[in-house]
Amino acid sequence: MKFYSCSLVCGLLLALIALAMPAQGKCDPKESESVYAELEKAPAKYQQMRNPMANDKDAPVAGGILFEEHCEGCHGKEAIGGKKAPTLRAPEVRNATPGAIFWILSNGVVRKKMPVWSKLPEPERWQLVSYLKALNTEKAKSGK
Amino acid sequence: MINTQSFGLLPRSFFALLLGVLSTGLTFSLHAQENPYIVAYDHNLEEPGSLEVEYFSTFGTQRSGPDFHGFWGEFEYGATAWWTTEVYLDAQSTFGESTIFTGYRWENRFRPLKNEHFVNPVLYIEFENDNEADKILKEVEGHDVESNYAVPNAIARREKDRELEFKLILSRNYKGWNFTENTLAVKNLSNDPWEFGYALGAARPLTQKGASHRCNFCAQHFIAGVEMYGGLGDRYSFGLHNTSHYVAPGLAWNLPSGWTFRVEPTFGLNDLSHQFLLRWGASYEFSGFGQAVESLFKGRRE
Repeated sequence: MKFYSCSLVCGLLLALIALAMPAQGKCDPKESESVYAELEKAPAKYQQMRNPMANDKDAPVAGGILFEEHCEGCHGKEAIGGKKAPTLRAPEVRNATPGAIFWILSNGVVRKKMPVWSKLPEPERWQLVSYLKALNTEKAKSGK
Repeated sequence: MINTQSFGLLPRSFFALLLGVLSTGLTFSLHAQENPYIVAYDHNLEEPGSLEVEYFSTFGTQRSGPDFHGFWGEFEYGATAWWTTEVYLDAQSTFGESTIFTGYRWENRFRPLKNEHFVNPVLYIEFENDNEADKILKEVEGHDVESNYAVPNAIARREKDRELEFKLILSRNYKGWNFTENTLAVKNLSNDPWEFGYALGAARPLTQKGASHRCNFCAQHFIAGVEMYGGLGDRYSFGLHNTSHYVAPGLAWNLPSGWTFRVEPTFGLNDLSHQFLLRWGASYEFSGFGQAVESLFKGRRE
């Protein structure tokens, strides 16, 4: 019985260590840079992909709702950045091709806490890309 | 009658810790896109730092004994984007007999590959410490058959069941569909042989495009699917002989508020299976749980 009590206590301790792992306060700027660098790692096939929702006027609106539901918890309101993940209103995201952003969404950056979002159907991922592109275009226009 | 002695100290202190953490300032939820599977696993892990609290029920009919209601609570935590850890607390009511706590499980899922591939493997390892009265049917393995569940609680609960369970999860998201296959190997820590089982699943949202207005009842929030699972015998008698198998169509409703509801009528496929099981569950996802724990132990940061 002692063995099982010990294994339970060890298990709970491990769980507590695990709990503390992702909680590291504000997003480190150096880490943000390396996360943006992942955009450049998208294979050429994805870099050249066009957004099939590019001409859909509703896509950025729908993407904005999807962003609130799935991404805002980490990336902050309107992608301004949060405690767990960097802002997506950055030149790296603005200059990235739609296909590269789609690739990051589909594959995540698993070693750097960005989950894989392939569970969202492809059209929803493209709607998110439309939203992020619109967000960065607005920012560029308004010069904020 | 609930046998309170069986619940012991662990669940009470566990719930106290959980309540303490939840009261430290969790303010938002994250809407996950959960498939309707209750037995099969896909390769989609919990988001890092998120805690999903889940409740599931299995109502089971029995030909050779009283019907039962197995139920369990799950606390699923995304430790990293490649590791999800989960604690289960199991219990059951057998009609006309008693309601008892049957044990706990500690499960871990690891994603070994960085990117998405044609098929995505996930490694699963679970330690299970329950008794033979456990009736949640979270998996079917070896020669599990309906008659095993007819043993009265008073007798079945005396026999401890400590197992290590391993799964290879192979799953793929393709054009809105999820396809998954789980191969299961279980070793009872006593001198029982290795037992085997399988689970298969396919699921798809009712529509693949997100709506351009906020809604709870939009088709995108509903995912329909089907899973099939069963035993494959043991080391000495591998195969379909003397095993039970089930097929279960299911529906998941993922609400933008963070709630997910699932329902799954389950049908036995041979004479050794329960003829009918009805499973349902509700879950809620807390984002930022990891940070709440950090603030509990380290104090708040500016």
